[in-house]
Amino acid sequence: MKVSRTWIGYGLTAPAFVWLGITVFLPLAVMFYFSFMSRMPMGTAEVTFSLEQYASFFQRDFYRFLTWRSIMLGAQVTFFCVLIGYPAALVLARTVKGRWREAILLLVILPFWSNALIRIFAWTMVLRTDGVIDQVLHLLIPGAPSIGVLYSYPAVVIGLVHSFVPYMILTCYISLQAIDDSLIEAGQSLGGSNLTVFRRIILPLSLPGLLVGVVLIFIPVVGSFMEPRILGGRDGIMLGTVIEDQFTEVFNWPLGAALSFTLLGIVAIILALAYPFLKNRVKVA
Amino acid sequence: MPDFAAPSIEGSSNRRARIRDRMLARLHSRQETMAKCRKLIGYGYLCCLLAFIYVPILIMIAMGFNESSDYELPFRFSLIWYQQLAGNEVLWRAGRNSVILAVASTIVATIVGTMAALAMSRYRVRGHAILQILLLPPMAVPWLILATSMLIFFYHSGIGRGLHAMLLAHVALSLPYVIVVVGARFQSFAADLEEASATLGANPWQTFVRVTLPMIAPGVAAAALFAFAISFDQFVTSYFLAPPGVTTLPVEIYASIRKGFTPEINAISTIIMVVSMLLLGFVSRFYRFGGSK
Repeated sequence: MKVSRTWIGYGLTAPAFVWLGITVFLPLAVMFYFSFMSRMPMGTAEVTFSLEQYASFFQRDFYRFLTWRSIMLGAQVTFFCVLIGYPAALVLARTVKGRWREAILLLVILPFWSNALIRIFAWTMVLRTDGVIDQVLHLLIPGAPSIGVLYSYPAVVIGLVHSFVPYMILTCYISLQAIDDSLIEAGQSLGGSNLTVFRRIILPLSLPGLLVGVVLIFIPVVGSFMEPRILGGRDGIMLGTVIEDQFTEVFNWPLGAALSFTLLGIVAIILALAYPFLKNRVKVA
Repeated sequence: MPDFAAPSIEGSSNRRARIRDRMLARLHSRQETMAKCRKLIGYGYLCCLLAFIYVPILIMIAMGFNESSDYELPFRFSLIWYQQLAGNEVLWRAGRNSVILAVASTIVATIVGTMAALAMSRYRVRGHAILQILLLPPMAVPWLILATSMLIFFYHSGIGRGLHAMLLAHVALSLPYVIVVVGARFQSFAADLEEASATLGANPWQTFVRVTLPMIAPGVAAAALFAFAISFDQFVTSYFLAPPGVTTLPVEIYASIRKGFTPEINAISTIIMVVSMLLLGFVSRFYRFGGSK
């Protein structure tokens, strides 16, 4: 009986293992292999293995510049998400009660499960020259200068913050609402001002949620390509868009693979730094 | 211990008490107005936030009903873009692909994921740690990297591109979420009932169908809806794994945005948006968001 139980256990996990092996493990391994190729393995031309692709990354300023841009974009978007999302989570967890809290929380999350592409598309309508902001402005102040910011770096930041701020609100809210009220009352009755209570009790206890939010936002933003492409125009060239080009326009897959692995390295460093905080959060069964 | 509460002169004590009461009342009312003030600011802030989240979406929806093809104001109501949409063969075919893919992906991901969640919470076998590690990449690695690596692997291993490749990808991206949601449901009740069922002579299959399945059903339903949403909205992997001529709605929308906008995209986007939101509203009936995720 004992043996058969073990085999049932193996049998039940086997499909998930095989599936993830084919779609995650093997592809990443093959891409790693690919990133050392000198050219696409097509036709009869000989393919040699070298560090050429990685070398071009480190020799050409262009790629280093792009990587820096992507990291800065990730940092800025994450910063604004904290700035906007944390207070919202604080208000939701501490001030709003009952039905309203559930309703507002649902309203915040609702668009975040709908199509990211469509939400970015929606911003093009608002931000472009002669877009909604411009036209409303001209109705209010005739002759006002146009302030369309579509196809610029700020547009990319606005679109990405809009896409990712619900993550921050959700993760911060979860850790904020778990704080025991009696701790805060104790802080207040011991003479702590609101600021002291926030700084010494609320902020430290909600820090894990904040950090989870930071990681959950930073990683996809560093790897984003669709948002900079649609909203950024010529200012939207990022590491992600260049990787996309290697696979869809230029067909230099080895270079694309090498760039992808560089990006993966950045992600891995971030995950490793955040691991002590994430460990207790991402528990699966 | 000396007695501090020793009675002093009557009148002075009374007056002091009155003063104290008055001060307390004043303090109390000040605290109340401050609390009211804070509440007002808080609600105001949340309203601004919701406006930031929803105004672009509402404008996008409204422009789908605007007659001008350049999104010009003043607004004139018209259904012309929805009529054009009805005649757009390419978008309809892409839409059909999206639905077929989402349904297939939901079924496969829910079954495979529930099996894995069952094994991970009820059968203590080795290898769970490895599976847990394999579950992380779909959640923690940018989809761009996963998608391009799948493109390389599928292209050179003979799996190729197409709907079947997209199905492989969509299920992989949904699996971690299904396992987390169903696994959380498993954690919420003890294995006692299943053990009792086994003791009473039921075989594992009977135990699963008669005891386990009814208990985890809400979790499974929520997981299935999540899986559907993930697949239906999936753009990145579909984009890289779509061969020419076979597309899904998000891929087709991306192509149209890059070519130049027409309000037809607003119309189809509005439809997708409404479907997604209805689905999630439905999920929220099974699954509480305030809790674990």
